[in-house]
Amino acid sequence: MNPAETTTQLGQPNATAILFFLIFVGITLAITYWAARKTKTTSEFFAAGGGVSAAQNGFALAGDYMSAASFLGIAGLVATSGFDGLIYSVGWLVGWPVVTFLIAEPLRNLGKYTFADVVAYRLKQTPVRLSAAVGTLTVVSFYLIAQMVGAGNLIHLLFGLSYEMAVIIVGAVMILYVLFGGMIATTWVQIVKAVLLLAGATGLAGMVLSKFGFSPLRLFNEAATQYGAEVLAPGKLVNNPLEAISLGVALMFGTAGLPHILMRFYTVPDAKAARSSVFYATGLIGYFYLVTFILGFGASVLVGRQAITSVDKGGNMAAPMLAEVVGGTGFLGFISAVAFATILAVVAGLTLSGAAALSHDLWSSVVRKGQAPEAEQLKVARLASLFLGVLAIILGVAFKGQNVAFMVGLAFAIAASANFPALLLSMAWKKFTTNGAVASMLTGAISSVLFILLSPTVQVDLLGNTSALFPLRNPGVITIPLAFIVGAAVSLLFPEHDSAARFAEVKHRMHVGAPQPAPAVAAVAAKPADGPSRPAATGSEAKA
Amino acid sequence: MSTNPNEEALEALAAARWRVAGVLTVTTLVAYLGFILLVAFNKPLMGQQLVPGLSIGILLGALVIVTAWALTGIYMLWANGKYDRALHQLRGGK
Repeated sequence: MNPAETTTQLGQPNATAILFFLIFVGITLAITYWAARKTKTTSEFFAAGGGVSAAQNGFALAGDYMSAASFLGIAGLVATSGFDGLIYSVGWLVGWPVVTFLIAEPLRNLGKYTFADVVAYRLKQTPVRLSAAVGTLTVVSFYLIAQMVGAGNLIHLLFGLSYEMAVIIVGAVMILYVLFGGMIATTWVQIVKAVLLLAGATGLAGMVLSKFGFSPLRLFNEAATQYGAEVLAPGKLVNNPLEAISLGVALMFGTAGLPHILMRFYTVPDAKAARSSVFYATGLIGYFYLVTFILGFGASVLVGRQAITSVDKGGNMAAPMLAEVVGGTGFLGFISAVAFATILAVVAGLTLSGAAALSHDLWSSVVRKGQAPEAEQLKVARLASLFLGVLAIILGVAFKGQNVAFMVGLAFAIAASANFPALLLSMAWKKFTTNGAVASMLTGAISSVLFILLSPTVQVDLLGNTSALFPLRNPGVITIPLAFIVGAAVSLLFPEHDSAARFAEVKHRMHVGAPQPAPAVAAVAAKPADGPSRPAATGSEAKA
Repeated sequence: MSTNPNEEALEALAAARWRVAGVLTVTTLVAYLGFILLVAFNKPLMGQQLVPGLSIGILLGALVIVTAWALTGIYMLWANGKYDRALHQLRGGK
């Protein structure tokens, strides 16, 4: 229990880490090979043919969401400042109930591959899809940059590989998954990763707690004894209440606007499976955050704050170092490999959702007006994935050494302001119009980017100015209501008769599903919407 | 496609779903913002230890996480039961 001199193997080429990583890549590439042979249609490429069960999708959603940033970052934040890490955990979790209540089922019943399917359902295709693609691609780009730069840094620290090498390996393996295995491979990569991450974190927490009579409270108390009682109380993270609420609403509604999360609801057979899968995912993610909290305190007590911050100022290495202290080099290797796998899986999901916006929204719907034959759609989908994968590598290398942590917050703010309001209004408000949707999405996207550029995060932290024009670090509390108000005002000013007239159809389909194959938009063949979930590839009729 | 009383029943069911969803969303929002505001305004309270090692802040944070999950569970029970049964009937028991 003495946190003194720990010599760490961290950053040395670690045989166990490399072995575990190779096993993970081997297994996931085998899955990709298997998935590639089942991926013959666009529906299989983007939605796994609707054949993913609720439990599988629950794990896959959790896999998409539990990034290395939340595993290593929150553990590090708790290790270095105690309670404050919990504030992030709570914020990242409370978006999931919102997804369950407001988004999952209508999305499943109304759309096909992207959230723009839902917004554009009764509106004019071209303008809506163009603006939705802007929202999706900005969210995906910022999130990808943050992940790739994080990947390069972490892998450099964990394995001692060069930054560029790490970015290229992550990009190349991820391209293989997405390009050949599409959503089927991506889903299974997420499931494998989620199971590994949960198992790794649980094992690590178990080993930590075994030193404290399996009582988290004894561990917390030990931390309070070592570092003072303030580790159990809120610290510097939240001071300005408006700031806190702004971050809070962006995290809460951002989850409901993240393209790679929304896309997962098309992989299940029906609305019932969609709602059940979010229940599983919320449980898994909540459990994971609680375990991470224990890991953070474990690291501060067993590894020591000084040792942690001497390796990485941000504290990101707390969890791997803890693994080494309680489980030796072998366990360090395992946890490092899990962190690597985690990054790979998240970027795969992001790339696939970006590819869907490019090929399904922009190419098939806007350029080809829905006339593109199946083979062409699939080819464009693969090209788009390849393009985004290469772009991710280039961006990862280009942003080397930059402080990109704010980009995750930016991605959430854009998702919450550009995507979520338009999505909700299109499902719930009869008088919503094409102009309203376009105005809402563009206002949300542009105002979030603008306010963040003017915020202290960029002006003070990044550019070194003494003050910023816009006081809040996260603009959510302004931009989310703004997107709703602009969307509603423009819709009321320029009514659109067709859109209101087709609302009954939207409402019917949103709740009942698509019992008869509706023309051109039906994603699933006529079958009872509450039928049992089926394993993989329910039918080749699934394409529209 | 469907007769008028059927459409009306669907209308009522749709309204019921939005109502349940709305109430649960607001509940989540209140629980979460309540937690954040306590963190922002009453740090001493949040730091008070109920038993050694367990501060009110940690307890409330963990409770918000568990509550969020429980609320999705409540929604799922309602939707899988009452809501799905009603939908089933609307579709003519098929």
